[in-house]
Amino acid sequence: MNNPETAIEAKDMVKQFGSFIANDHLTFSVYKGEIFGFLGANGAGKTTAIRILCGLSRPTSGEIRVAGYNVFTETEKIKKRIGYMSQRFSLYEDLTVSENFRFYGGIYGMSRTSIRKKTGEMLERLGITELSSTIIASLPLGIRQKLAFSVAIMHTPEIVFLDEPTGGVDPITRRQFWTMIYEAAEAGITVFVTTHYMDEAEYCNRVSIMVDGRIEALDTPANLKLKYKASNMNDVFLKLARNAGAGRE
Amino acid sequence: MKRFVIKEFLHIFRDVRSMVILFGMPLVQVLLFGYAITNEVKDVHVSVVDPSHDQVTTAIQQKLFASGYFLQGEVLYSQSEIEESFRKGRNKMVVVFDDNFAQKLERGEIPSIQLIADASDPNTANLLVNYANGIIAGYNQSLSVSTNGPVIVPEIRMMYNPALKGVFMFVPGIITILLMLVSAMMTSISIAREKELGTMEVLLVSPLKPLHIIAGKVMPYVLLSFINAISILILSHYVFGVPVNGSLALLLAESMLFIVLALSLGIFISTVSNNQQTAMMLSMFALMLPTILLSGFIFPVENMPVVLQWLSTIMPPRWFILIIKSIMLKGTGLAYFWKETLILIAMTLVFILASVKKFKIRLS
Amino acid sequence: MSEYAISCSGLSKFYGKTQALDNLNFSVKQGEIFGFIGPDGAGKTTLFRILTTLLLADSGNARVAGFDVVKDYKSLRKVLGYMPGKFSLYQDLTVEENLAFFAGIFKADIKENYYLIKDIYDQIAPFAGRRAGKLSGGMKQKLALSCALIHKPVVLVLDEPTTGVDAVSRREFWDMLIRLKKEGITIIVATPYMDEAILCDRVALIQHGKILVTDTPSVITGTYPWKLFRVRSDNTLNLISQLKKHPEIHSADMFGEYVHAGTEHGKLSAEEIRAFLEEAGTVTTEVSEIAAGIEDCFIDLMRKENE
Repeated sequence: MNNPETAIEAKDMVKQFGSFIANDHLTFSVYKGEIFGFLGANGAGKTTAIRILCGLSRPTSGEIRVAGYNVFTETEKIKKRIGYMSQRFSLYEDLTVSENFRFYGGIYGMSRTSIRKKTGEMLERLGITELSSTIIASLPLGIRQKLAFSVAIMHTPEIVFLDEPTGGVDPITRRQFWTMIYEAAEAGITVFVTTHYMDEAEYCNRVSIMVDGRIEALDTPANLKLKYKASNMNDVFLKLARNAGAGRE
Repeated sequence: MKRFVIKEFLHIFRDVRSMVILFGMPLVQVLLFGYAITNEVKDVHVSVVDPSHDQVTTAIQQKLFASGYFLQGEVLYSQSEIEESFRKGRNKMVVVFDDNFAQKLERGEIPSIQLIADASDPNTANLLVNYANGIIAGYNQSLSVSTNGPVIVPEIRMMYNPALKGVFMFVPGIITILLMLVSAMMTSISIAREKELGTMEVLLVSPLKPLHIIAGKVMPYVLLSFINAISILILSHYVFGVPVNGSLALLLAESMLFIVLALSLGIFISTVSNNQQTAMMLSMFALMLPTILLSGFIFPVENMPVVLQWLSTIMPPRWFILIIKSIMLKGTGLAYFWKETLILIAMTLVFILASVKKFKIRLS
Repeated sequence: MSEYAISCSGLSKFYGKTQALDNLNFSVKQGEIFGFIGPDGAGKTTLFRILTTLLLADSGNARVAGFDVVKDYKSLRKVLGYMPGKFSLYQDLTVEENLAFFAGIFKADIKENYYLIKDIYDQIAPFAGRRAGKLSGGMKQKLALSCALIHKPVVLVLDEPTTGVDAVSRREFWDMLIRLKKEGITIIVATPYMDEAILCDRVALIQHGKILVTDTPSVITGTYPWKLFRVRSDNTLNLISQLKKHPEIHSADMFGEYVHAGTEHGKLSAEEIRAFLEEAGTVTTEVSEIAAGIEDCFIDLMRKENE
């Protein structure tokens, strides 16, 4: 591996369901500490790819390493080194804030003292130390999303996967959330994020756009806009994704 | 309305789970219960007390043991020996012949045969006695044809559970439980599923009236449950020889009434549960357990504590079991159970009214 | 019927102690596309359920298509088209069966009203025999819209039809709505996407059960009270914290590759901002004055509300 170091390295990643090719020879690398935007239309194959990278699904073929480990043979090691957060599943709503931290910290084998220390730190950063024994269900959505992210990175994973983390969140909270993502990236955590908000694509260091199971474009937002002669990422996305889709349906 | 019913049928036929619950479970249940009982009878020891020891008693004994149902047990001589052998579980039935059996028969007297069965296992005891009875009756026939003599009627004594409660409950009980479970659980789950998926919102916003939605939901299940009831009856009649002594039409009509009752109960459950899981749990605990435990299916109602007896009167299955037992086994008609029928009709009306009332025209 | 398809006054709704709706007043004109724009939990779904007769408000009243949502709910239900937020089709029925079912419950004739859904349904017609659960997200949405339209409703209520849908399908969906508007159908639509505001005739920005403002998108953006600059540098986080140090700059928010900074009118120029940042060691690649968008307005109104 050459400079810069990679956190995820995928070469000819293929996932086939019967005759349907969900991921068609994906080749890409994600560098350590970068924010990598993983965009694509519904059904383009994003979810399949994320599942493979998280060690939840076995690819049909390809050479894929996550955090330096092989997704075919070393999924257990991968799982210890990644964090995951999605819009759908994040925290247990009937547990308190600190109980959620304790539970997830426990899963990753953190010691009791380090869980307590980390929980304190994270709540302080969010400015909600007073809420530590509040039931999650009674918190506003914005705070919940921020907590879910904190929980996903509390074991300081090498890579954190965020699957549409800001869906339905108000514009101020969305920005606070992205500030947290930046801070995590600065602390050395690689961020792999999907979103339907195209302005958020601009926040990423590099962006890949999937169309019909293939990666059609991968570059910095600035270069993509230049290449597709678009004023913003939304236009880039529309130009790429509009031609496709029909064939798949 | 028509579209609604079609849609419900499509839901049922496309869901493997529903189909299995609807049609697989009844078959399996009946076969399981049925064979569990018939199997037992084949390896049973029967002992004999035979003070006469003449050609007639020997002939009857031979017939009994040649039937293949019974294994020859001990030869006993006194009452105390009988009790002891029962207590030690060495046999399930003892046949006690009168003394001077053949002589009494020749003199025109009726000698006694006692069939004493261990009724702590009432199903087996009942079957044993029935078999033995049948065999003796067969012998009787050959005897009376040749001699035109008196008829030997065995005297039956059930040890440990003389009233023989629970016996013959098997088929009526199974029909009741299955109709209850299938009808109530399936409807309650299917309504709860619509709530969970969000389609209920659209139905509510449509011009459909609550009664339409309920009727549309219920109709397919009325039909399917009825088919179910018939197949259980056919199965138990032809495979296990359970009799239908009374009117078949009446039996089907009462079953239909009970199905509608169970369905309205199912809808009532769905009006208070918001997701499939709750509906399932409620049907299980609110219907299954009381049906099994309080209806008299397993435990005779008369033996229950007074509070439970009282509780069992509000259990629809209790009345239905009484009714079908009367029709199938006793062969009696409506005159004997019009009260029970009225109770079921009243319960049905209450549940339908309650669910139409509780069925919300809005979301909260 | 009055010129308003929907009018509400003083609508409030509580769930226990939480107030979901706080004294809402608004009206929607006939044939208008009216957007409710706000995050999850703002009260959009509660409001839509009250308007579609599914919930009762604790106070206030509402009329939709000339009917009172409480008293005339039966008549109202006949003329409403509703797409709830949850995917509201039968997944185990085919495309065709779903449409036939919904036409059936409204006693509508598919052939008679087909012209209304033709553009939409033609795209999914090739898959008429496929089960709805096996459709892609975009197609499901088209089917749901067809089902909500098949009885030719007077008012169409769409609760977050584009949430979780990719940008291409969202654009297609809005094209469909604009065509429907031409048929004279009044449409109210809820969305968390600020960029969809400009596609509506009028919008209400909604947050914590309160309407922050109601107007046409251009009036809302035109009355943005601050002067707005967009600034770009390599390090966005650092840029924001530097901008916030300036006493005249009271807001600095990420907007894609830029940061939007708001000041009072006549206090600062682009040059002054660039100079201030350079002094602090931050190199900017662009500082220019821009017009506010709906999202700028929303953020500003939210801040005022929170104060």
